[in-house]
Amino acid sequence: MGFSLDNVNDMYIDVLREIGNIGAGNATTAISQMLGARLNMEVPKVQLMEASELGGAICDEEETVVGIFLEVLDDINGSMMFLMKMESAHIIVNKLMMRDPSYNEPFDEMDLSALKEIGNIIASSYLTALSSLTNMKIQPSVPYIAVDMAAAILSVPAIQFGQYGDNALFIETEFGDDKEMQGYFILMPEQDSYAKILKALGIMN
Amino acid sequence: MGNSIKVGMADLKVAKAPDSLITLGLGSCIGLTLYDPVTKVGGMVHYMLPDSTQLKNNSNIAKFGDTGIKELYRLMVANGASPKRMVAKIAGGAKMFEVSGLSNVGHVGERNAEQAKKLLKELKVPLVAEDTGLNYGRTVELFCENGDFFIKAVGKSNKTI
Repeated sequence: MGFSLDNVNDMYIDVLREIGNIGAGNATTAISQMLGARLNMEVPKVQLMEASELGGAICDEEETVVGIFLEVLDDINGSMMFLMKMESAHIIVNKLMMRDPSYNEPFDEMDLSALKEIGNIIASSYLTALSSLTNMKIQPSVPYIAVDMAAAILSVPAIQFGQYGDNALFIETEFGDDKEMQGYFILMPEQDSYAKILKALGIMN
Repeated sequence: MGNSIKVGMADLKVAKAPDSLITLGLGSCIGLTLYDPVTKVGGMVHYMLPDSTQLKNNSNIAKFGDTGIKELYRLMVANGASPKRMVAKIAGGAKMFEVSGLSNVGHVGERNAEQAKKLLKELKVPLVAEDTGLNYGRTVELFCENGDFFIKAVGKSNKTI
């Protein structure tokens, strides 16, 4: 019987929260440097839920959100996703492009590459945390971006999790200065990679 | 006007006129509908993966194309739809991210759509309309009154197939 999120224990959730914590810390530092501003970060929240509920987990199913998707290769195989609601995505792009904070036009090509880069930095920070805790080599692919209905974007991780069980796991983080931004990580290791992560962390023999 | 009955992910439902069946934000999943124009019975399944036989944990039949479509067909007949009059329409199966790698992420939508066609052929139900593939999400609604399948997507004009 392979690993499944249908029977994870609290210890595993705690470990993921800690990885999320360190990863989000790294990411906040990297983005602060990119923006030249000081950002605060809240303790990430880890949520376990049914994969089929994922579509409505962060907002209404039809609300437009930004999703950045990367494949993860090397010692661990799988994929990860970083999601932002439109409001947060606009705040961060406006900061990066040094625009007026109220600017709210649809994203152009330049904005989309900026968002991809932010997703890339955040995902890499998270993976670096995982890599240093587990002593494993983890490489992210180039980032892919989609701006579409939340449920449609979240169908991708729902399907990935759905292959191994009925549960899915995501991590919510909050960061910002005067304005709070929310981001959501979803890490989707292939089934055999779960075992590797747990072994490396000493949770499983 | 009837009620809009929501079909979730990995879910299936049957309804009668004047009601409609709606599923919000289909991505790589498939929304498959069956409809009998005489008794005005309609059904929708929103499945995530093509094939239940590939997995050990396959208790939720609406999660898979093979088991979900067969169960929807059975429920349609049980609710008064004629196997001879039933027609099918499908939507979804998008590739949400232009992933170039070898992982299955890029292909699951396509495989989901292929499975619908295969199962419909087995059940001898004609596929009369489809809006599948490409790279965007879709909200879909089947009106049991006339069998119209309404499709909405971000930044695109609405259509009825």
